[in-house]
Amino acid sequence: MSEQHGAEDAVQAEWPLYEIFVRGKRGLNHVHVGSLHAADDEMALRHARDVYTRRNEGVSIWAVRANAIAASSPDEKDPLFAPAADKVYRHPTFYKIPDNVPHM
Amino acid sequence: MTATPEVSPGAEQDLLDHFEATISRNDRIEPRDWMPEKYRGTLVRQIAQHAHSEIIGMQPEGNWITRAPSLRRKAILLAKVQDEAGHGLYLYSACETLGVSRRQLTDRLINGTQKYSSIFNYPALSYADVGTIGWLVDGAAICNQVPLCRTSYGPYGRAMIRICKEESFHQRQGYELLMTMMSGTDEQRAMVAESVDRFWWPSLMMFGPPDDESPNTRQSMAWGIKRDTNDELRQKFVDMTVPQAEALGVTLPDPDLHWNEERGQYDFGQPDWAEFHAVVKGSGPCNAERIAHRRRADDEGAWVRAAATAFARRSQTSGQLGRPISGKESDR
Repeated sequence: MSEQHGAEDAVQAEWPLYEIFVRGKRGLNHVHVGSLHAADDEMALRHARDVYTRRNEGVSIWAVRANAIAASSPDEKDPLFAPAADKVYRHPTFYKIPDNVPHM
Repeated sequence: MTATPEVSPGAEQDLLDHFEATISRNDRIEPRDWMPEKYRGTLVRQIAQHAHSEIIGMQPEGNWITRAPSLRRKAILLAKVQDEAGHGLYLYSACETLGVSRRQLTDRLINGTQKYSSIFNYPALSYADVGTIGWLVDGAAICNQVPLCRTSYGPYGRAMIRICKEESFHQRQGYELLMTMMSGTDEQRAMVAESVDRFWWPSLMMFGPPDDESPNTRQSMAWGIKRDTNDELRQKFVDMTVPQAEALGVTLPDPDLHWNEERGQYDFGQPDWAEFHAVVKGSGPCNAERIAHRRRADDEGAWVRAAATAFARRSQTSGQLGRPISGKESDR
């Protein structure tokens, strides 16, 4: 009886969340496609295969524990991205080159 | 789970302004953005209801997998029902980004505090229903879902894009099934007619109550969660479906269905909204059975989930799967 109860406690603690990345075909980056729960890494990959690649959507899968990902704030006002805005000289269009100069 | 920090009232107004500006630019809201609690609550309700519909929606057709008339039909139906499970999982994942857990969502489905589409409380009585569900029910779902690909909440829109890509197969296999039956015997044609008669009105109900009785629509549209009203989508569905019915050779059971030259759209009758409200409240033909089945599956799967958890705790994964992504030669 106490074992039964222990099993229920284990269920209450949900399987960890994994973020899933799929490489669509050779030559492309892995792209985030969604997330799922799994007890361990191997199960995460097996579930990801069934949930996200039922129609040949990929040739390779990465499964990453969600709590292992360090993330910046997605907020565009985030000062992290602010310094990029005033460095227009990093873009090729900043430089004026005469039209008669070829291949540039 | 939610990363929203505590804020003072003045700062909250700034956050709200920023949120509203993002919506009005037609940009997407992402999980870790600040959002009004009502926006979060509305999304949880809508996405959960949507996810639950996919999961409960496996039951009416799942019944027919073992009785499909050929191996071809069985393989198709199996793939379709598996897709519904997948769609439920995409949507549960999207919903979880709003700070609810999978366990909470399952519990709220089973204890009835969250709903699923009332269409799945109707039984699939004949094999023709597998075709009708694909054609009409999935057809109505597509009408609902295509505009949701542009919904303002990023994870929901991305889930809808995946779902819409797959849903087209569902509708086409259903229509093809009905075409096959219509070219068969008189009994088969009668089965199709009887099935379409039963599913037509419940399919129209899938778009929800009329606009003047839909309390959430206005706010949901202002926030970009919904993109069209219930009545607009219902009209679109009727306009799309009538020519399909004609091509199939079935009569839709609505004496008020006529082409309106002036509007360039079909006029049609109203479903029995008293029936709709009764089914939503729980007295449809299959409400109790659907939830009992879901509860049984949850209970009977408990030991499997516990065993997998215990196994994961005891052992480090090894073998073919789960290798580091940049394994050195010596790791192999």
